[in-house]
Amino acid sequence: MEKTVNQKAWFLVLPVLVLVAFSAVIPLMTVVNYSVQDTFGNNQFFWAGLEWFKEMLRDDRMWDALGRQLMFSGIILLIQIPLGVFIALNMPKSGFWVSFCLVVMSLPLLIPWNVVGTIWQIFGRVDIGLLGHTLAAIGVDYNYTSDPFAAWVTIIVMDVWHWTSLVALLAYAGLKSIPDAYYQAAKIDQASRWAVFRYIELPKMMGVLMIAILLRFMDSFMIYTEPFVVTGGGPGSTTTMLSIDLVKMALGQFDLGPAAAFSIMYFLTILLISWVFYTVMTNLEKREG
Amino acid sequence: MEWMAWTWPTAIFFMVIASLLITFTILAIKFPETPRVGVLRIETTRGDRLFITLLGSAFINLAWLGLADMAQWWALVICAVYAVLVFRYV
Amino acid sequence: MTDASITAPKARALPKVKSSTIVMGLYLLFLMLPIYWLLNMSFKTNTEIVSTFTLWPTNPTLDNYRTILTDPAWYTGYINSLIYVVMNTVISLAVALPAAYAFSRYHFMGDKHLFFWLLTNRMAPPAVFALPFFQLYSSVGLFDTHIAVALAHCLFNVPLAVWILEGFMRGVPKEIDETAYIDGYSFGRFFAKIFMPLIASGIGVAAFFCFMFSWVELLLSRTLTTVDAKPIAAIMTRTQGAAGIDWGVLAAAGILTIVPGALVIYFVRNYIAKGFALGRV
Repeated sequence: MEKTVNQKAWFLVLPVLVLVAFSAVIPLMTVVNYSVQDTFGNNQFFWAGLEWFKEMLRDDRMWDALGRQLMFSGIILLIQIPLGVFIALNMPKSGFWVSFCLVVMSLPLLIPWNVVGTIWQIFGRVDIGLLGHTLAAIGVDYNYTSDPFAAWVTIIVMDVWHWTSLVALLAYAGLKSIPDAYYQAAKIDQASRWAVFRYIELPKMMGVLMIAILLRFMDSFMIYTEPFVVTGGGPGSTTTMLSIDLVKMALGQFDLGPAAAFSIMYFLTILLISWVFYTVMTNLEKREG
Repeated sequence: MEWMAWTWPTAIFFMVIASLLITFTILAIKFPETPRVGVLRIETTRGDRLFITLLGSAFINLAWLGLADMAQWWALVICAVYAVLVFRYV
Repeated sequence: MTDASITAPKARALPKVKSSTIVMGLYLLFLMLPIYWLLNMSFKTNTEIVSTFTLWPTNPTLDNYRTILTDPAWYTGYINSLIYVVMNTVISLAVALPAAYAFSRYHFMGDKHLFFWLLTNRMAPPAVFALPFFQLYSSVGLFDTHIAVALAHCLFNVPLAVWILEGFMRGVPKEIDETAYIDGYSFGRFFAKIFMPLIASGIGVAAFFCFMFSWVELLLSRTLTTVDAKPIAAIMTRTQGAAGIDWGVLAAAGILTIVPGALVIYFVRNYIAKGFALGRV
């Protein structure tokens, strides 16, 4: 649609601007202020310069959390994107079963995140959970509270359970937009199933898949509630993601300075990644016209 | 405002950012922006280049803090060079 | 994952069943099992949960639900959550509607940067904002109130609502606006009488997603409340860790938090993808 230039449109955006400035800009400024100061309780602040940044950057704690976080997000993307596309390709074509699948698949997406944690906390327990009990019965040594590997498997399976449907729903929406004529042309050319996927379905899905990757990467990058409920960041700190570590530092120990420095670096990373994705997405849209 | 724990250096920092934004807004009114495609092969306007400069400068400063032991002013020198490059070629 | 490679040969052995049906069947089973297990436990007594392992409740009981619905410590959590969630939905939609209209219809200075800035707020980790929010709302005396949580959730819900609504509004041809203005409608009257009914489904979807994202959030709502506005999610997590967890009640509480989503899911089924994708599908 052709848009007209109208500077008065600013007045329509003003309420959003004020509200988001209040809930985003003021807190961020505060974080910047805290990050250069030291505090000994009761709102007494002392100038610390860039010491906190230096300390955080040269301390392994943040880098370890970042490493775990990147590994988690990477595994999540590697599993969820192909699996989601695969599920979308297997969706029923029409009728009652489409609605049925859509409804059941959406269900995990709408469950409060702490309840997702609770569900898997219970489900994986060896004494009372179906999964843990079954695994124990067939002789698998599985205990997510003491074994780091089991804890990782649990939170990854939990996230796959929670969010794969989102990728599938997006991919399905992309598939539905392909006109029938494309498939008929492919049939006339006797294209293989793989060729149809590679040259018709995948290119048409690129736009929505970009959004799916963006959303899944971002949301897994700031994941807090689900692993916090299941493992609490443990055993040890093996499942302590960036957000969990930050909350521990900021609200658990109330280390305002280091936590603020951590927050700023975390936010800058998010900003960079968002910008890269946004630029790629808008350029894709432009190319498609 | 007390809880925000303002200090002069951070206040000056935000004033610099704000004045940059205001300057670029005025520039955009006086000399309307025309997008161009640079070395990154993406369309950028003057405002985009400012954003790239600021975000990049933040990371340059962090890298300097983490890796180098010399004064932070040197990082700002690198940022200035980086800014010129961004505005010239991106 | 591995399901696929296992099912493919099986499908050839049973020619009557399509392989896609098997894939979908297994996937839906994988989705439903954990939820079923929670439902199953919510109908059991604690003795049955701990002492025996049964696939369905042998003596179904509604005691767990009765506990929650009669004990104020539990049910006020639901009321608190509902209050701030509704507040947040109303605020988000009220400010997002005009903004989304502006983004969908006009070019103005800095529009692209503003739109991107909104996106970054949707992507920003709540963990970064938890501490400053705590300080901010404490200093203005709003700590432990519903409005504090509602405003805090605006951080991600306002951008979400703007993006979703903009996605729907782009689909409404601009000629409608122009004809209305020629007919002498003022902007306000046009917006309320003509435009809003046209994007009614979009408003519904945006409201649903604001409701949902505020309802599922834990970190901010837990940080900003202690007693008076404590949400159900915080009550659930604080119960854990204490010696002797009441699994049955916890399961029932979990089931009750799923109910609001499950009730309306059918009506928004075709828009789920659009809503989660910020209106970009």
